[in-house]
Amino acid sequence: MNHSFVPKAADMLVVGPETIVAAAAMLILLAELMPARISKAAAPWIAALGLLASFIPMTTTGISVRTGFSGMVVTDGFAVLMKAVLAVTGLLTIGFSTHYIKREDLDRAEYYALVLFAISGMMLMASSANLIMVFLSLEILSISLYVLSGFARTQPRSQEASLKYFLLGSFASAFLLYGIALVYGGAGTISLAGIANAIASEGAARNPVLLAGAGLIAVGLGFKVAAVPFQMWTPDVYEGAPSSVTAFMSVGAKAAGFAALARVFLTAFGDIKVDWMPALWAVAALTMIVGNVVAVAQTDIKRMLAYSSIAHAGYILVGLAAANQAGVSALVFYLAAYLFMNLGAWAVVILAGRRGEAGTEIDSYNGLFWRNPGAAAAMGVFMFALAGLPPTGGFMAKFYVFSAALQANMVGLVVIGALTSLVSVYYYARVTVVMFMRDPEPDAAPISTRGLLGVTLAVTAAATIYLGVLPGQLFQLAGLAQIARP
Amino acid sequence: MVPTAHYVILSALLFTTGVVGVLVRRNPIIMFMSIELMLNSANLAFVAFARHLRSLDGQVFVFIVMAVAAAEVAVGLAIIVAIFRTRATIDVDELNVMKW
Repeated sequence: MNHSFVPKAADMLVVGPETIVAAAAMLILLAELMPARISKAAAPWIAALGLLASFIPMTTTGISVRTGFSGMVVTDGFAVLMKAVLAVTGLLTIGFSTHYIKREDLDRAEYYALVLFAISGMMLMASSANLIMVFLSLEILSISLYVLSGFARTQPRSQEASLKYFLLGSFASAFLLYGIALVYGGAGTISLAGIANAIASEGAARNPVLLAGAGLIAVGLGFKVAAVPFQMWTPDVYEGAPSSVTAFMSVGAKAAGFAALARVFLTAFGDIKVDWMPALWAVAALTMIVGNVVAVAQTDIKRMLAYSSIAHAGYILVGLAAANQAGVSALVFYLAAYLFMNLGAWAVVILAGRRGEAGTEIDSYNGLFWRNPGAAAAMGVFMFALAGLPPTGGFMAKFYVFSAALQANMVGLVVIGALTSLVSVYYYARVTVVMFMRDPEPDAAPISTRGLLGVTLAVTAAATIYLGVLPGQLFQLAGLAQIARP
Repeated sequence: MVPTAHYVILSALLFTTGVVGVLVRRNPIIMFMSIELMLNSANLAFVAFARHLRSLDGQVFVFIVMAVAAAEVAVGLAIIVAIFRTRATIDVDELNVMKW
């Protein structure tokens, strides 16, 4: 083993994207030394350039399997595609944040730095080959998100969201950590490859300490992706946090959590999947049912989208519960499609909202079509996609997830998924109906689609339709998302 | 020499104490102390297993956990201070602008 403290270029390439993103974040903090006018204007540009530059190491490594830093990190098709999903999430987040944080008086450069730090943690999570890295990257992203959700620090709702997220998030991290400790005791190692070897060779598979540890790790990560029964924080945090932050974490934290779940459970615990597949089956079913049924009763669009994001976590869990290559590819495809339709929907929420987080009741979307036809049409596309209706990316995503589950003979789960999708049509269609069929309030002014926010809306809507009509290219890419078995 | 199992049982007890503390107490600072107790119970399990397995991984993990816990404290206390400034209370039962 090489104990040099100077990282080699080959090591750095494995974590290239997250290094560049973290460097851009630090550059933003350094730029604050310049006059506020310059540093504020420069921050979104530095962030966007950093995210774009992170694609360079991704294309360099491609889908080749490489490990770095004595096997602490790994890059493979799955890691690279998840990082690409996260980088696009970051770019779109910048797209709808510039207007929003000016309106809400949150226009501080640290906002972008924190978003980038969170993304670097999320990317690292997709590359973790050791439970130390899983824990560390989870904390990088969580701590950044705790601060971001309280970014409107004088607003009671944002404060409350931040405290709730912080307390329940660190509670979940502690479960994850204790789970890692137990796995360490049971398998004698914390590298994912080592755990897999221990399970395969020494018969650690029946070790109750190891199994309990695996369960606690699932609890900790299940919390991050908002799987039922660990979802109770989601509605409050999503409703209270600034809308742009909610949008970012509803996609980013979810993608990162699923990346870690897939990597840990399919590599380290891949040989004991008969033990965890039934548990995941139940969690996926519960998550789809609770998320969709409770969403029906919501009158606030942020809260409704929060429950909708719980429901979508359930659909992604279906791909994970299938525990096969088709499931992993479907998971990547789902996250890529979800990123466009969900961020798009949140961009409309930001556009239609007013200063002080006002105008988030579903009733305030009455006649949105007459106030801004473009935004209403885009929102219609996103609602169709989230409900999983063709011809949108949401339909194809669900199709791939369910066909992976059918390959794994999980017919029951597919039936539950299809039925809950039907339920979801009701609450998504309600938003569409009020936008197009009702008259706007007499005092409601037309909304102009401002610069970058309008571009973001157009991009997300176009991508959502594109993925529904021509899903082949992305599906081929997602097929390359193989998790390296050490 | 104390058997490893004793340390692990103690760490499990500490962890359970922490979980109960988070669930029953209503002051965020006490809740946060309980979370710290959970983290440190994991640390105890790590060092116990590290000694038992004669491997350094667990010892290294403890240092990482301590550093992360310090970062978490900084953020957590800042959030609590921000809340106290605007409301002069930090009782989580009174933080109910939104439904819990």
